[in-house]
Amino acid sequence: MEGLGYLGAGIGAGLAVIGAGLGIGNIAASAAEGTARQPEATSDIRTTMIIAAALIEGVALFGEVICVLLALK
Amino acid sequence: MRVKAISRILALVVPVLLSLNSHAFAVSGKEEAPVRESVTAAAPAAPATVATSAAAPAAEGEEKPGDVIMHHILDNSTFAFEPFGEIHLPHLSVGGYDISITKHVVMIWLASAILLVVASAAGASVKKLSARQAPKGIANVIEALVDFIRVDVAKSNIGQGYEKFLPFLLSVFFFILVCNLLGLIPYGATATGNVNVTLTLSIFTFFITQVAAFKAHGVKGYLQHLTAGTHWSLWIIMVPIEIIGQFTKPFALTVRLFANMTAGHIIILSLIFISFILKSYIVAMAVSVPFAIFIYLLELFVAFLQAFVFTMLSALFIGLATAHEGGHDEHALEGAHH
Repeated sequence: MEGLGYLGAGIGAGLAVIGAGLGIGNIAASAAEGTARQPEATSDIRTTMIIAAALIEGVALFGEVICVLLALK
Repeated sequence: MRVKAISRILALVVPVLLSLNSHAFAVSGKEEAPVRESVTAAAPAAPATVATSAAAPAAEGEEKPGDVIMHHILDNSTFAFEPFGEIHLPHLSVGGYDISITKHVVMIWLASAILLVVASAAGASVKKLSARQAPKGIANVIEALVDFIRVDVAKSNIGQGYEKFLPFLLSVFFFILVCNLLGLIPYGATATGNVNVTLTLSIFTFFITQVAAFKAHGVKGYLQHLTAGTHWSLWIIMVPIEIIGQFTKPFALTVRLFANMTAGHIIILSLIFISFILKSYIVAMAVSVPFAIFIYLLELFVAFLQAFVFTMLSALFIGLATAHEGGHDEHALEGAHH
């Protein structure tokens, strides 16, 4: 039964990555589309994209930190 | 060119290889020594078949990969220059508090010293220029970064009165950048991979944000901000949320920088340790070395990106705190929507 902690940590890490990947992928897709439609707004779009990606990444990292704590306990 | 690349690869891989086989960690750490001995003593006695595979490396005098990785990530008071010996840093305690100088403290000092030298050299060479000359050398590099932070980060996120916050933002950017990059040098340690360092940096952001909000709106305006402009019947929900929101912002900054810098190092070391766990040269050549180099280059990018993200979000939070409702005409980004 002791291995279940590691199992939970592994599954949790994977789920967090799925969520973050979907979110950041959506941002990148929209940003690419926006840049293609309006090339003069590239720098604004890039800034917004990085901020949003960083926020999503932050949430995913909370999940990963919990998984690391589980695995190292 | 190829010789240069190979020497860089060796510089990356050799310290880890050497540290794997050495007994230095166990001899240097007084607390670690008994633990190790109990492991080696317990290994032959372990009856289960599962335990023998795990105990076999321990019996040979090696350490578990997880322990070595954690040793590299965590803070301690020994600089191990593997083939050449090691430096023990002194233990200090004042009034029962342990304030010993650790590896990460030394890296912080090193980063500060590098910044002092580089930035003052750049500043001095810029001062000597006449108005129509372009800066050269190191001053050119620094000027490009400073101008980027000034225009794209501070001005576009804070707007009016951004000059006040520029020294803080620039200091934080360059400090995090140098700390991140120092961690990628062999024998170095990542000070920003220590949660205490990142928490301190984000506490600076927190206090600057709060003080800026007070100065921009006064006490009444600050309290009005906490209600988020909603009807009074919603205040019982909105006020706690807004107050918690003040604290989650710096907490997210802390964890983001810490986790990004730590995760990269764990991934590099784990990739290298794959070849030791599987004990195969083919895996080392096909998987460990190329993937470790790829992640290393990615880390080089992440070092810049995280310094930028920390600065950008700090500027954004300051901008949110100081924004006047409908007062701005220029930056229609996040600041004005608050």
